[in-house]
Amino acid sequence: MVNGKYDVIVVGAGHAGCEAAHAAATLGSSVLLITMNMEAIAKMSCNPAMGGVAKGQIVREIDALGGMSGLISDQSAIQFRMLNRSKGAAMWSPRTQNDRMVFSNMWRNTIELNPNISMFQDMVNELVIQNNVVTGVKTAMGFTYEARSVVLTSGTFMNGTIHIGRNQFGGGRMAEKASTGITEQLVSLGFESGRMKTGTPPRVDGRTLDYSKMEEQAGDKTPGLFSYMSDKPLETQRSCHITYTNPQVHDVLRKGFDDSPMFNGTIKSVGPRYCPSVEDKINRFAERDRHQVFVEPEGWDTVEIYVNGFSTSLPADIQIEAMQLIPGFKNAKIFRPGYAIEYDFFPPTQLSLNLETRAIENLFFAGQINGTTGYEEAASQGLMAGVNAHRKITEKSPFILSRSEAYIGVLIDDLINKGTQEPYRMFTSRAEYRILLRQDNADSRLTTKGYELGLASEGRFKKHQEKEKAIKDLTNYIEKTSIPPDEINPVLTKKKTAIVNQKYKFKKLLSRPQIQVSDFDDVKTTKPYLSGLSVDLKEQAEILVKYHGYIEKEQEMAQKLEKYNNMVIKPGFDYNALASLSAEAKEKLNNIRPTTIGQASRISGVRPSDISVLLVYFGR
Amino acid sequence: MLNLHDTIVAPATPAGISAISVVRISGNDAVAIVDACFSKTLVGKDGYTIHYGFIQDGDTRIDEVLVSLFLNPHSYTGEDSLEISCHGSPFIVKRVIETLIKYGARMADPGEFTLRAFLNQKLDLAQAEAVADMIHSNSEASLQMAISQIRGGFSDDIKYLRQELIDFAALIELENDFGEEDVEFANRPKLRALVEEILTQIEKLRSSFVAGNAMKNGINTVIAGKPNAGKSTLLNALLNEDRAIVSEIEGTTRDTIEEMFVLNGVQFRLIDTAGLRESVDHIEQIGVGKTKAEMDKAELLIYLFDAGKTTPQELETELGQLPAVKHTVLVANKTDTVDFNAKDWPKGMVSISAKEKKLQLLVEKLEHITNVYELGNETIVNNARHADALTKSSEALHTVLEGLSNDIPSDLVALDIRSALYQLGLITGEVTNDELLDSIFGRFCIGK
Repeated sequence: MVNGKYDVIVVGAGHAGCEAAHAAATLGSSVLLITMNMEAIAKMSCNPAMGGVAKGQIVREIDALGGMSGLISDQSAIQFRMLNRSKGAAMWSPRTQNDRMVFSNMWRNTIELNPNISMFQDMVNELVIQNNVVTGVKTAMGFTYEARSVVLTSGTFMNGTIHIGRNQFGGGRMAEKASTGITEQLVSLGFESGRMKTGTPPRVDGRTLDYSKMEEQAGDKTPGLFSYMSDKPLETQRSCHITYTNPQVHDVLRKGFDDSPMFNGTIKSVGPRYCPSVEDKINRFAERDRHQVFVEPEGWDTVEIYVNGFSTSLPADIQIEAMQLIPGFKNAKIFRPGYAIEYDFFPPTQLSLNLETRAIENLFFAGQINGTTGYEEAASQGLMAGVNAHRKITEKSPFILSRSEAYIGVLIDDLINKGTQEPYRMFTSRAEYRILLRQDNADSRLTTKGYELGLASEGRFKKHQEKEKAIKDLTNYIEKTSIPPDEINPVLTKKKTAIVNQKYKFKKLLSRPQIQVSDFDDVKTTKPYLSGLSVDLKEQAEILVKYHGYIEKEQEMAQKLEKYNNMVIKPGFDYNALASLSAEAKEKLNNIRPTTIGQASRISGVRPSDISVLLVYFGR
Repeated sequence: MLNLHDTIVAPATPAGISAISVVRISGNDAVAIVDACFSKTLVGKDGYTIHYGFIQDGDTRIDEVLVSLFLNPHSYTGEDSLEISCHGSPFIVKRVIETLIKYGARMADPGEFTLRAFLNQKLDLAQAEAVADMIHSNSEASLQMAISQIRGGFSDDIKYLRQELIDFAALIELENDFGEEDVEFANRPKLRALVEEILTQIEKLRSSFVAGNAMKNGINTVIAGKPNAGKSTLLNALLNEDRAIVSEIEGTTRDTIEEMFVLNGVQFRLIDTAGLRESVDHIEQIGVGKTKAEMDKAELLIYLFDAGKTTPQELETELGQLPAVKHTVLVANKTDTVDFNAKDWPKGMVSISAKEKKLQLLVEKLEHITNVYELGNETIVNNARHADALTKSSEALHTVLEGLSNDIPSDLVALDIRSALYQLGLITGEVTNDELLDSIFGRFCIGK
């Protein structure tokens, strides 16, 4: 018996699932979002924050395309910081601390307000597959839903196992059941699966902490926003605090090593190297006598505190004993202990660039099921999978972003071509064209695409066009305008840079590292033009002028490589026929089946000499 | 699309009459094709063996030959290859090749043997280029250099430098991505020291290009002097042949004449020039202009004067007008005709008689100069493309230093380092670049 028919079924309602459902539904598909717990929509299972270095850029990109993560982050924010302000513009990265409950509720509202999305609470334990095409899902309660396309976003739930000390039990998140059935079914169909591990720190009662023993980390004085559509920056903010572990804390933690699932062999799967548990830190970096601990509030109206940097799966009593030796934590009471979780994932090299599995048609994967970590990484994949699920069943071309267009492009390209051995997190260093992929210009890069897809609204598109025009006008103005010395010299003196003795070009003055557009706000010549322009606008024009040389250099490099991306390899090409390819390259190329020489060049295990072979073979 | 499954054939020795010529054939069917037209059967025979017999087309014997057999992967191309040594007549070579083509081989494209060696990972890019250089090498030193490059020395040096830079870049990236966390920042003075060290090494390689270029293309040597000082006579004497027209009339040589001259395995590119004088003859004026241009480019200037017709004072005036050249050798000619007292003349001057072929003193002087160009253990850059990539790497690294001085943001520093890595990668083929492949393989003559 069939209980319902939909265009797209999204399994899982985390950051990936919600963006996927929202995207497909906004494009016009009828969507069923199935989750095991409707009270746990878009949960922040780990730290209550969005964005950060490279991740903030991704949130901006999701927003520019018409996704919801940026808007919801803004509306649930309790603190905003632009990280890396002291570095170049490519490194500026927005981050918010969020109210976990508000964040979750806002996503739930967003889903409920979309007439194309239905919800159902149950566990999907089987996919309906006919002739290698997915046609629906079956649930634990025996329901069957038909769909033309299915997006799996299982997070940490598939065969999830939670570890605290020697205790281990099934679960997809603390106090929530694991899901079963799908991995076994897909493996029986020939999929390769693996296990990954991640962890989370204890949550504590903020009323029991002594903040006078810690450093305060307040939000920015003039907080910004993620979304290009948001216009109300925070008026009040909550602070985080910083404290440090010490040798006494480490000694207590070491007592628990024998019972640590990380060290006694219980956990065999791989965790992220860049987000290690505290026991891992003191084990691997024994020479360091302290590690940073960030004390982060979980919301506006809660005393619950997230102890960032203290992720652990040691026995709960050890966690408490050690934590109480941290300055400010002497009387700390624990709400929930930290834990480690292992879960199933499918190596993402089994997908095509549109996130569809190569083995089963119309089946899409997004988020941790692909071996990634992070809300932002998950949400962006969800958006792309939702868009592509809709486009597949409406017979439109796949929507793929290149590495020079978006961090999202870098992310998916890396996953499909290189796979991942540990939970994949985005870093700016993964991008070749960092100067192009800035947080300030995500709309320039992507909003037109989002609008053409049907995801970005008319209003967003118009706002974007107006902004583009204003930036162009401002950069032209900077290019053309000259300023007399008596007007500008006071500014130059104040900024400790050489004065000028004749009329000087605005543009040339701006090329000095010490000088910013805002320095011209009160200069007689420029004041009438600059007054009334937004800070963002001035900042972006300034970046375009100051970084002009570097931007051009990267654009040239990107174009050079674009040529390889336009060299198409015909589907079904037999790499075994090329005796000169290395054995590893043959295996990887036959397996991943790149569509272009450019893609082939990025597959791990394919060496430059192999690419030379392909170039020569395909007639260069 | 290239067909790499074909069996290819080409002459491996230059066209012309000689004692023997070698025809080479390579590919999957090479052995079978030769068997079809050889008096013996080679299928099943071991590699590295030589076989005597006849190349024949049916009943028609074409030539008596020796066939050397190389089996995949132990051959230059990495494929089954055979070298047929036949008699050195263009007609016979042509008939042998025609016969092999008749039985299934095809004529090789220019550079195709080396291309296949590259594709079969027998050579990397720098090595493949060195093969091209070796084929074109006219002197021992240039050959030695090409051989050392085939063995990979140059690539190794660059790879080492590149790795150092990658480690450096990683430090900066760490700082970029984890600046918010409790990481140690890259130590700027240490970074600066490392970049400077790398620059020193790049600089060394880069300056070796001049010496490398001299070995590959010959030392640019200009013979200059007043009209009728005997420049063309000297050229002929050095070459031991009548290459330039010699006469008593001033201004006989109106254009520059270029010849190669090998001494101690080092090549000199000798350029005989029109004599330096103010002339009313328009064509001769052009010649004098060219002489001046050649002198400006020269690495070695042999300045010749007629010992019988020049006073030391006049010579000093002439020398004052010469451009600055790396090595200048002052040569007094026609010393046989006059009473010559070396004390009156500048130090270091050598005297010869070109007409009598008494050149001993000059030859000794040139031998001394060749020592400078002798190949040591230092890696020498001999390829203009490599020199260019080193120059660009050096520029990018200087930009890094400049950035460190101006305290530019670390993301921009990282970008400059990436540019340098890219340039270094172009040399070892670690960055794919199809124009590169085009330029490399286009330079091969047929057969290699």
